[in-house]
Amino acid sequence: MSEIKEITQKEAAFSFGKKERKLLTDPLNDNNPITVQVLGICSALAVTTLLDKALVMSIAVVFVCAFSNLIISVLRNSIPKSVRMIVQLVAIAFLVTVVELILKAINYPIYVELSVFIGLIITNCIIMGRLEAFAMANGPWKSFLDGVGNGIGYGIILIIVAAIRELFGKGTLLGYTILGDWYTPNGLMVLFPSAMFVIGILIWIHRSWNRNLIDVS
Amino acid sequence: MHSTRSTIFFVLAMTSVVALVLAFLFNGLKDTHERNEIVYNKKAILSAIENELGEKIEEMSDERAEEIFSTKIKQSVYTVEGEVVEESFIASRYKGGLAENIDLRKEKKLADDEKILPVFEFTSDAGKKYYIASVRGSGLWDDIWGYIALEDDLNTIAGVAFGHKGETPGLGAEIKDNTNFKAQFKGKKIYDKEGNFKSVYVRKGGAKDQTFEVDGISGATITADGVTEMLKRGLKYYESYFKTIKG
Repeated sequence: MSEIKEITQKEAAFSFGKKERKLLTDPLNDNNPITVQVLGICSALAVTTLLDKALVMSIAVVFVCAFSNLIISVLRNSIPKSVRMIVQLVAIAFLVTVVELILKAINYPIYVELSVFIGLIITNCIIMGRLEAFAMANGPWKSFLDGVGNGIGYGIILIIVAAIRELFGKGTLLGYTILGDWYTPNGLMVLFPSAMFVIGILIWIHRSWNRNLIDVS
Repeated sequence: MHSTRSTIFFVLAMTSVVALVLAFLFNGLKDTHERNEIVYNKKAILSAIENELGEKIEEMSDERAEEIFSTKIKQSVYTVEGEVVEESFIASRYKGGLAENIDLRKEKKLADDEKILPVFEFTSDAGKKYYIASVRGSGLWDDIWGYIALEDDLNTIAGVAFGHKGETPGLGAEIKDNTNFKAQFKGKKIYDKEGNFKSVYVRKGGAKDQTFEVDGISGATITADGVTEMLKRGLKYYESYFKTIKG
């Protein structure tokens, strides 16, 4: 009897139903880490000058967010409560270092360009937030999906902002010229304040388009 | 609840596992990292003579860059007085003992008479010689550096390549990314007719002298001033060496 129960539980652990889909799609829209929770703004300002940087950064954050959620979720019942934040940080720092070492090996020029910002993923509040709020209370599979969802939710905004900034700031996308010689690049778009404006406008658009986000009070 | 002992045990166990995995990964990838860094630097040096090579550095494979470097480039190292530095002395500072191994970041901090200067001598297919000097200075946020290729008169600039650690993209970073900015240096001279050292001046608002000045980048005055200062100081170190070559 107990054997059967275990098997069914295992299958359920890796199912992909409505709840799991919601874990993935929720952070993309209704609960976006940047435009709704307004987390991770710091790195969103720093790495969105060029699209290729933002892409690599997004991939790195998806990886770190998903696997740190997974690790913490697996360990969640054995982590002593008094040191849980330190343990979470160790897991994040570990994964970020892995990303840094691998990136340095496979694409050195991008590694040089991103320099400190990969290391600064450690301080990204989205990741720590998900560990505290979700991974400490849910199973590994769900936590993993939640991590992927939040990573992508962050990445999408990063990519949109970077595309706008690169297009208007340099007239290019991924280094290819889009706007020709007639366009005078807008120097403001490559400076950090412009990221603040762009993100602010994105939040505005997002809130007026998504009815769920309108504050009833 | 967890006792203090089990808490300490948990933390120790976790950090040990993490440290072990990272140590293995770091050691496993170390060779690749070092190779990547060397090839990256070689490509940066080659980009100073991109026109003479007739190949685009961006599209160049790592193997091709290594090949050009080993067949067409002669590396040597000199003191500020213009004397040849022995390989064993370079090796005492930098592993490898070649000009390509010299870390200018460390050299920048040394006193002038302790500095050693890398020179890359490129011979084109037509038999023409180019001398590439390395310079390093400060931009707005952090270090900037450059490779200056001189023609065999050791006066006319054949090409330049700049790099930077953290200049603002679109503004200061244009010294590296903007091909038009770099192209301006071609044909400029570093000595006037009387043989006095002039270097090249990056002038805000546009060059006034076609021989010794280039246009600055709008919005990047401090980085441009950094380039001017870097060229003036950096190339000055090479003066004795230039004299020995010219004879």
